[in-house]
Amino acid sequence: MSLDLEVRHSIGDFRLDARFAAERGLTALFGRSGSGKSTLVNIVAGLIRPQQGRVIVDDQTLVDTERGLFVPPHRRRLGYVFQDARLFPHLSVRQNLLYGRWFAKDGDGAAGDFSSVTELLGIGALLKRRPDSLSGGEKQRVAIGRALLARPRLVLMDEPLASLDEARRAEIMPYVERLRDEARVPILYVSHSVAEVARLATTVVILSDGRVTAIGPVLDILPLADAGDGGAVLDAVVDRHDEAFGLTVLHSAAGELQVPRLTAPAGSHVRAYIRARDVMLSLSRPSEISALNVLSGKIAHINSSGAQADIRLDCNGAVLMARVTDKSVQRLQLAPGRPVFAVIKSVSFERS
Amino acid sequence: MTVEEWTAVRLSLLVAVTATAFSLPAGVAVAYLLARGRFWGKSLVDTLVHLPLILPPVVTGYLLLLLFGRHGPAGAFLERSLGIVLAFRWTGAALACAVMGFPLMVRAIRLSIEAVDERLESAAGTLGANPAWVFATITLPLCVPGVIAGAILCFAKSMGEFGATITFVSNIPGETQTLPTAIYTLTQVPGGDAGALRLTLVSVVISMAALLGSELLARRIGARRMAT
Repeated sequence: MSLDLEVRHSIGDFRLDARFAAERGLTALFGRSGSGKSTLVNIVAGLIRPQQGRVIVDDQTLVDTERGLFVPPHRRRLGYVFQDARLFPHLSVRQNLLYGRWFAKDGDGAAGDFSSVTELLGIGALLKRRPDSLSGGEKQRVAIGRALLARPRLVLMDEPLASLDEARRAEIMPYVERLRDEARVPILYVSHSVAEVARLATTVVILSDGRVTAIGPVLDILPLADAGDGGAVLDAVVDRHDEAFGLTVLHSAAGELQVPRLTAPAGSHVRAYIRARDVMLSLSRPSEISALNVLSGKIAHINSSGAQADIRLDCNGAVLMARVTDKSVQRLQLAPGRPVFAVIKSVSFERS
Repeated sequence: MTVEEWTAVRLSLLVAVTATAFSLPAGVAVAYLLARGRFWGKSLVDTLVHLPLILPPVVTGYLLLLLFGRHGPAGAFLERSLGIVLAFRWTGAALACAVMGFPLMVRAIRLSIEAVDERLESAAGTLGANPAWVFATITLPLCVPGVIAGAILCFAKSMGEFGATITFVSNIPGETQTLPTAIYTLTQVPGGDAGALRLTLVSVVISMAALLGSELLARRIGARRMAT
């Protein structure tokens, strides 16, 4: 299962010139709005015909402008989950789910038997309903199921959570995680939300002004992303729950973290996204302080812009980002190589 | 009502139903082409379809006579190859009505196709449906109310068509005398007023029944769609 893509395409003044390859797992296309993410996904789906380039899924060439090859969307066998679910209003949920499967009878793509997909997405109780009676989150889950049941070789998701509120997003994300881990179908996921990418992505492709500026595993790439709201991701394991104080203790490469009580059981893998502006730096280990998390590390890099500086820390191999004022950088004489302590308040963690 | 009057009513219904039934598939096809197609000469097709709406009906009828009369190019061909004669027959009246009702039908269907969200069609495409299946399973079911409205408009136009019909197939009792031409004939003879009034009432009842029927049908489809 792989996607190999190299395209050049211009729309008005905007020029898209991108190439990347994606393997199994969830590959996030990340960038600001207008960076060309959706155009790229639509080119993979066949809804846009690129002016130049190649798109290869598995070993089948879907587009090759040099050879004049263009496979129409209905012969590509890709599952597309749109931002606006796009359920068919005249069909029931069950008919919507079965729509694509009917055309993919002889398919050999991702295993998608009806009951396991409805169970995976928790939509078994909705089958007789009509799309207009569903909530936004339910619609999006049905849309994901519909794409899966078409036995796709690759699932495309274009900001599937962008039109939902915070609570609905939290409702869907576990399903996307299960899809990534259980359905074994590669996913190309478009998003401009750091929190989504941090939680869901295996690999991140950063797109900026139509060009790929970085690509790699999420832990390495996300700290480099110019997301306006910078931060870093820590891979962690749930160690235990501290019921008395409503806290959960996580183990990560950078050290122990105490965060608000999670629902995940002990031993499960989670990701902590730590925003740069929530991290405080200290030259000595602070002792009498309310913040529960103190991680030791070394300054790896300082990126100063105006009155603020983004500092990349190396905490025992894990990357952490801190945003401080230039004044603090000078006062503490912060420089690459200097050992520091990162202080993070437990209450600054958001559940997602 | 007299036997002649009943004949006119029956003939009118036959002509209107035939005209509507035969032009419906073509109407849907042309409406789809105009709504979704991008091709050279589209505005020419659009103008051609709308021509019967803007030409005087008598002119349309005369053009039909020139084309489909026994010596016209299309009429002669049809008679030689298929044995179909249109001039001065009820089939000709149906053709005249179909031509006159066509622009109204196409207009209604085209508007409802344009109202169907194209994003749903592209979603169906990504799920593996080829364009013909997308049309049959997504576009057509979603524009059914417009198709019903178009068919009713064509039927109503056919019930009332006068100018093109009388020019093309004349006013032969029992063969081409429809409701409007029968009413016209009755008003031209002394003592025909009562007959004209009876036929007028019949005409009003049929038109209202058609309109009500289409409303009910559209509402039932709408209700089924909203059902949860």
